[in-house]
Amino acid sequence: MATKKLAFIVRSLPYKTEASRLALTHAIASQTVEIYLNDGDLVEASVSYVGDGVLNCLKGQQGMKHYGITTIEGHAKNSLLLDMRVLICKEDLDKFGLTEDNILMDAEDIGGETKANVVSYGEIQKEMDAATHILVC
Amino acid sequence: MGKLTIGTFSSLVGSLSLDFSVKLAEAAVKKGHKVDFWMSGNATMLAKKGQKAFKDYSFLAKPIQELIATGNFQICACEACAEARGYHKEDCPDGFIRKSMDWYLASTFDADRVLHIGGD
Repeated sequence: MATKKLAFIVRSLPYKTEASRLALTHAIASQTVEIYLNDGDLVEASVSYVGDGVLNCLKGQQGMKHYGITTIEGHAKNSLLLDMRVLICKEDLDKFGLTEDNILMDAEDIGGETKANVVSYGEIQKEMDAATHILVC
Repeated sequence: MGKLTIGTFSSLVGSLSLDFSVKLAEAAVKKGHKVDFWMSGNATMLAKKGQKAFKDYSFLAKPIQELIATGNFQICACEACAEARGYHKEDCPDGFIRKSMDWYLASTFDADRVLHIGGD
């Protein structure tokens, strides 16, 4: 029995490419990975947003209105609903003049109990140090 | 020998990141390692049969078939990403697998190293 930790590091802009969306859908896929593993083995994913990637966390995204696709905000909300550890780089939020009021911090409206964490880059570095594998998207 | 899991989102032809990933897989297999190769997003275009070789574009179909023939190389495309791009199981070259994203995460479980190329 073992748990392997995957740290998804999202640094891509939302919507410009598919990368940040794929980071989230892959991280969420950790919920069903057991079908391929032995009993008791787990893969645990966390998601950290750094650099331009913090823009994926903006509230009020209009992906459906403008592109006819689900929003990255929706996927981010699902990751919180699934109790995934979510870290958002404070220094990078500051660079864009963003605060916790501007970004998705919880999934309470869909029954989620886990909140996102706005942390220093040092904390995200610790998350990467603790991970078995790092996946930069 | 070890196991390397490579995941990539980078597109066929449109970027050389996919070429780099395949070259890395070749080098690892040549050294006796096993490689799982996962494709999501635009990278799934590599899992489309009927690619033609032109001198202006990279042609990865041949090295991939050689890698598959070694028995130490598994290549898997994200099924949803492929379907979204309009090609289906019957469009896949021989030896390719199509699965959902949890296949990739499961592959990382016993991988000695994971190299994820997440850009486009």
